[in-house]
Amino acid sequence: MNTETAPLESRDWTRRDALKGIGATLGVAAFAKALAPLTEWTQDLSVDQFLQKHYKELSPMDLAIVLARLEKETKEQYGADVSIKDYKAQPGVKFGYALNLSICIGCRKCAEACHIENNHDRPSAQSYIRVFEMQKGSLDMEKGNAHYDHPVPQKDKFYMPVQCHHCDHPPCVSVCPVEATWKEPDGIVVVDYNWCIGCRYCEAACPYHARRFNWTKPQIPAEEINPDQSYLSNRIRPQGVMEKCTFCLHRTRNGKLPACLEACPTGARVFGNLLDPNSEIRKVLAEKRVFVLKEELGLKPNFFYFFDV
Amino acid sequence: MIAITTRKIAFVVSCLCFAAVLLAGVRDHVAAPSDAPSQTIISNAPLHPVIIRPGPETPRILTTQTNYAGEIARASCSSCHTTTTPNRNTASSAQLLKFHQGMTYAHGNQSCLNCHNETDYDSLRLANGSSLPYADVMKLCGQCHGPQLRDYEMGLHGGMNGYWDRTRGPRTRNNCVDCHDPHNPAYPVVQPVLPPKDRIAVPRKSEHGSVKLCEKTAASICNVLSSLHPTLFA
Repeated sequence: MNTETAPLESRDWTRRDALKGIGATLGVAAFAKALAPLTEWTQDLSVDQFLQKHYKELSPMDLAIVLARLEKETKEQYGADVSIKDYKAQPGVKFGYALNLSICIGCRKCAEACHIENNHDRPSAQSYIRVFEMQKGSLDMEKGNAHYDHPVPQKDKFYMPVQCHHCDHPPCVSVCPVEATWKEPDGIVVVDYNWCIGCRYCEAACPYHARRFNWTKPQIPAEEINPDQSYLSNRIRPQGVMEKCTFCLHRTRNGKLPACLEACPTGARVFGNLLDPNSEIRKVLAEKRVFVLKEELGLKPNFFYFFDV
Repeated sequence: MIAITTRKIAFVVSCLCFAAVLLAGVRDHVAAPSDAPSQTIISNAPLHPVIIRPGPETPRILTTQTNYAGEIARASCSSCHTTTTPNRNTASSAQLLKFHQGMTYAHGNQSCLNCHNETDYDSLRLANGSSLPYADVMKLCGQCHGPQLRDYEMGLHGGMNGYWDRTRGPRTRNNCVDCHDPHNPAYPVVQPVLPPKDRIAVPRKSEHGSVKLCEKTAASICNVLSSLHPTLFA
């Protein structure tokens, strides 16, 4: 008996010990890796925000709590007292927008108004509107130049502002892997900024280049922040999410005109309810030579361009 | 003979109640709002007004004199023009020897007196010769610019502010002369604001300067690239 047990007590490492050790090491490493995202947890991301449900699954009570939290976070991070509301679509309303290319002079006042109204990042001069300077004789926006910096209008050019067309068949909505963007009953395509994962598929899918990505945390001085905000539109977006034109739903769902229209010095923009036969937008469709951009894609945009003559 | 007991009455009443509850449920279900596309709703709510910004006040010219209160005296147009003879042939301030010098005039080849009233210089003149207060200037413009007036009346010309939904609030609209100088009506040339800086559309000159890139690449590839990325080659 003694001769059999002695070697067992005094033996060196066996293969079984080595395998156990390797297994344990791998296990610890895998566990550490699994928890690694926690080390990247930033102060900007609260636990409540991390656990927040999709906008459409929020009960009125949940939503009230979320809005109050967002207001508090804006105060903490930007030092501004803001009011964040949630405005619902009105029944019997479908929004449409038309732009008179005969009148637009390319001054980019609309883009500036959007920048201010929608609390865009100041250093990147972000805006949902891009104004293309176009050679007369072509309607190909891909050949337009958005970076002109000379007095306008130039004689041989025309100017075509492009923003979200709020398509009836929005490709940006179809491609979203997490359903963070959808079309509302009044036709507005919106984003739940707290549900978006920032994959930018929608940006690639949009043929109008209408979506923007927040590469950085938006920087806005407290005194420049527009305090009239809503959850689905102009509240300050977090870093790493998509954003887009919402037809200023915090204004238009309250009956007001969008900021870009009010800023237009030439009156090139017409906004209204497509379901109201007496609205200005319906008169454009009835009386003017109207076209939509990239009609061949079949996306059925609710943004129209027209000419005077 | 069926004896009517309280138990039987209770049974019949409870059956009736149950049927009533069922029927009410069915009716509610039928009347529930459907998910069908919303139909046109024409509101009969009273509409808030459309306020058209008023035309200019009757002009008053600053003089070198002061009044009893020490303020600079202002003279009406007619205070000078009643002493001069109207000249139908004057079509530009450049033709005048005194007054109105330096005014830019670029509005067709019209006589001053097509719009200014030679019998009362404190008012305007319609084509039929009748007098028109300055505040109603849009009527004067509309005589020649019919398509613009038509579009304006439909809400398709001219800037505005306020509410698209006039059941909720009023709208303010610009007057013709808010945007167009009557003597030089073409909209002025302006410097654009807020050039975009976003990454997609910004030509990165240091790396992709169009000349540099085209020098390095064969012309055919360069053409393809520039059609794919027009902004880089702008």
